[in-house]
Amino acid sequence: MKRVVNQSISIRRRLLLQLLFVAILLSGLLYLSVRTVADSAVERTQDSILGAATIAIAEELRGGEEGVAVDIPYTAFSMLGSIGQDRVFYRITIGDETVTGYDELALPTEPLNGLTPLFYDDAYRGLLVRAAAVERSVLVNGKALPVRVIVAQTRTSQQTIVASLAERAALLGIGFFVIAVGLSLLTARLVVKPVSSLVEAVGRRGPQDLRPVQRPVPRELVPLVTALNGFMSRLSVALSRTETFIAEAAHHIRTPLATLRAQAEIALRQTENEEARQTIRSMIRSVDTSARSAGQMLEHAAVVFRSDQRSDEQIDLSLLVEDITESYEPSAEMKGVRLVCLPHAHDITVDADRILLEAALRNLIDNAIKYTPKDGLVEVSVISAEGFARLEVKDSGRGLFGAQAAQLTGRFQRGANVEDVVGSGLGLTIVKEVARSLNGRFEIVEREEGGTCAALYVPLRSR
Amino acid sequence: MRGALCSIAITLIASTTLAFDIEQQQLFQGQGDETLSILSTTDIGIFRPVIAAFQEVRPDISVDYVVASTQEVYRAIYEEGAQFDLAVSSAMDLQMKLANDGLAQGHSSAQTDALPDWARWQDQLFAFAQEPVVTVVSQAAFEGRQTPATRSDLIRHLRDDPETFRGRIGTYDPRKSGAGYLFATQDARQSDTYWRLSEVMGGLEPKLYEASSAMLNAVESGELAIAYNVLGSYALARLDQKGAATIIELEDFTNILLRTALIPANAENPSGGAAFLDFLLSATGQRVLEENSGLPRINAGALAAQSYLRPIRLDTGLLVFVDPLKKQQFLREWSAAVVQ
Amino acid sequence: MRFLLVEDNSDLALSVQKRLSLDGHGVDWAASLADAEDHLAAASYDLILLDIMLPDGDGRDFLASHRRAQRDTPVIVMTARSAVSDRVALLDTGADDYVTKPFDFEELEARVRAVLRRRSGVSQTRMTFADLTFDPLGATVSFAHETRELRSRELRLFEVLISAPDRIFSKGQLCDRLFSASEAVTDNAIEVYVGRLRKKIEGSGARIETVRGVGYRLTAA
Repeated sequence: MKRVVNQSISIRRRLLLQLLFVAILLSGLLYLSVRTVADSAVERTQDSILGAATIAIAEELRGGEEGVAVDIPYTAFSMLGSIGQDRVFYRITIGDETVTGYDELALPTEPLNGLTPLFYDDAYRGLLVRAAAVERSVLVNGKALPVRVIVAQTRTSQQTIVASLAERAALLGIGFFVIAVGLSLLTARLVVKPVSSLVEAVGRRGPQDLRPVQRPVPRELVPLVTALNGFMSRLSVALSRTETFIAEAAHHIRTPLATLRAQAEIALRQTENEEARQTIRSMIRSVDTSARSAGQMLEHAAVVFRSDQRSDEQIDLSLLVEDITESYEPSAEMKGVRLVCLPHAHDITVDADRILLEAALRNLIDNAIKYTPKDGLVEVSVISAEGFARLEVKDSGRGLFGAQAAQLTGRFQRGANVEDVVGSGLGLTIVKEVARSLNGRFEIVEREEGGTCAALYVPLRSR
Repeated sequence: MRGALCSIAITLIASTTLAFDIEQQQLFQGQGDETLSILSTTDIGIFRPVIAAFQEVRPDISVDYVVASTQEVYRAIYEEGAQFDLAVSSAMDLQMKLANDGLAQGHSSAQTDALPDWARWQDQLFAFAQEPVVTVVSQAAFEGRQTPATRSDLIRHLRDDPETFRGRIGTYDPRKSGAGYLFATQDARQSDTYWRLSEVMGGLEPKLYEASSAMLNAVESGELAIAYNVLGSYALARLDQKGAATIIELEDFTNILLRTALIPANAENPSGGAAFLDFLLSATGQRVLEENSGLPRINAGALAAQSYLRPIRLDTGLLVFVDPLKKQQFLREWSAAVVQ
Repeated sequence: MRFLLVEDNSDLALSVQKRLSLDGHGVDWAASLADAEDHLAAASYDLILLDIMLPDGDGRDFLASHRRAQRDTPVIVMTARSAVSDRVALLDTGADDYVTKPFDFEELEARVRAVLRRRSGVSQTRMTFADLTFDPLGATVSFAHETRELRSRELRLFEVLISAPDRIFSKGQLCDRLFSASEAVTDNAIEVYVGRLRKKIEGSGARIETVRGVGYRLTAA
């Protein structure tokens, strides 16, 4: 039986996605923070060297009679090469007048604070540069002159270092992500494991097993399992009530009918009046019709009920056919109909619900006997053909009078030629219901030599 | 590919309008239309085998080779805006200034990437030869004396026997020679001994030169007893032939000069310049330089073998001595010490 | 034959009792399982007719304990359940057969006969009349070293006639015994079977006599 469940994204996948999302977020944050730290560290390093170079130049400034003496120490520029190979520009001014260096190099816009370097970004000759500026007073001819020293350096090396650090940060992030993915997979599996094992345990049960789940479950699953247990116990009660109801209904309908029939028969025995006898007979037939209709309706209900509660077992069809045929022999004998079970192979087995299969076969044989005139023949046979067991009941009855199988198997549909036979019209419906439930099919055709041939196909047991 | 006529015309215009002094010029005609112009401080005689080897590999390129002094090479590129496809110079500080101030263009290839860090600056300035700055002494003048091994030795010799050496000491005039200024500043940077030596030399009426070759001639002729700070490659070339002089690598320190090349930012044919540069740095080019031109190839192993060898680093420190005030001050001090 | 009827519904029980007694059977009625035990202890029966749903228990449990007690009285279960009820299970608990309520007494008799046939073999129930031997369980008549098989209705017809030789049975009486009450037959249908039966016993010392306007009777030739 197919159960269509409205399926949403699995817990495992959902968990995994969430963990991966967190992992991506953390990896990204890791990358960004490493980058930020690295960037500022590199920038601070460059700044401190730039500042040191600027101060080194400023400290060599001397006042004299001829003006300011500038003696740039070799190390001032040499140390700038320690980070990398960047271009260096410098400018030394007194006021706004350039003493030496690159006089297009921009002056700082903010006031300077002595030998504490002021750092700023600037563009020079189309290049982005980092500049440091200091100011120092130099005494020339007894007069203090403000001398500014500006050293600028391109940022290529810094960017190279930052890029390589960024690459490492990215690798770190990716590495972290990969580890996180692995851990996420593991975590997701571990978290879902109790659910999977619960599902497995419930799934292993047969359809009739409605015992409550006793195994320990994680606290989060307790409400689910409680609900499941409650549901199963209600289902179990409902199912047994259904069965009880069908049985009780049968009892309460049939017992009075049996009484009525017995009394009618007694009356029939005790009267010689032909007219009265015919009346009693028709009364008895009505009783039989009611009993049969009630019986088949209940049987139909039971078959439908069983269809949802199938408990399959391995059934040897040849034995079943023999058993049921034998059980109908008295009825057939009474009717003057010869009921024959044709010889058949003894290894035709199917996996099916025994009660459903019996109900179907019983209705087929019952029907055949019912519609076969006395001295007629009903043949029951079972053969295997193309993966199916074919249960066949042939009669030499009055046939279908051109009616189609589809019509005959509808509920309460009867053939056009059966007014004189007791029947409810549910028999073939039951057979069809069973065929559907057992994944087989049902065919009924008129035989050329007269009578009908009804065949029920049931899938053979796969070996 | 430009047309041949156009190329020649531009070359002619460039040559005729040059506002700097040229010492030599020669066109090495190739088979194709492409012309490569090189402005160099290295004599044509020394570079000819390299150019010939280059044209074997690239016969389609004609090479217009122009020789000028280090100052003129620097001035031509920096101030005159002369268009050359490659600028070759032994004045590392000036080349550094050109590169730092954005007058070179970047070039990167397998050959440039193979250079050790100290032999290149960014992707702009590349060293293709390394040579020691040596002292050459006349064997006749040092007959019976121990040849000096350090600058202190040299000072002692000069103090002990001033009359022998008076007027017979030669060195570069840093005021006129870019290489001489570089050597002097690097010496001064390395050790204070340089100033003592300069003062001693100054007291002995030194002769000042603008080129190594002239100094070597004077040593050979016996006019000079000592030539201080001479390019090793020139000295070695002379010594092989004659033997009247001894080459000394002073053991307190010996600067190693790097000959460098750069592709000017305004090059007409930068790919030609790059091709020649790559050839200079290639195994073939380096071999030809060393064996046929006498310019030692870039060799980190040779430097590591002798601890006193100090390559002049290609870094921004070189810019310090290019600063006009600094230069003015240095030359004032130098003059005070040497010229007296 | 003597039946024990175990049935809690008194209307049905009385009807069945009366109906079976019309065919000459003796029927004792027990309204509960306890009652049934009492009857079984006091008398022996040829057959037990057992209802499933009883006030003091399930007929199947009674059946099981009946079998455990090694009592071999055949049992036919009267079930109100439709055919879906597990026949195999019923038979497994020891029932010899079952009928579904409401049952046809002709069918019930046929089943009873089949059960007894299976149970007791052929010999005990033979009857003789003139030089003819009748074996109802084997469904044969034999005379003068000749054995003839009787078809189902011929058998029942002969059974009725031989039960009271020389007694006249009306067509209606015979009809009631031969056909299910629900079958749409007229009393004249009996003539066909009388004709067939006459042929089967032709040559024996017995014959079926037509008593004009009344019925038929079995007499010695």
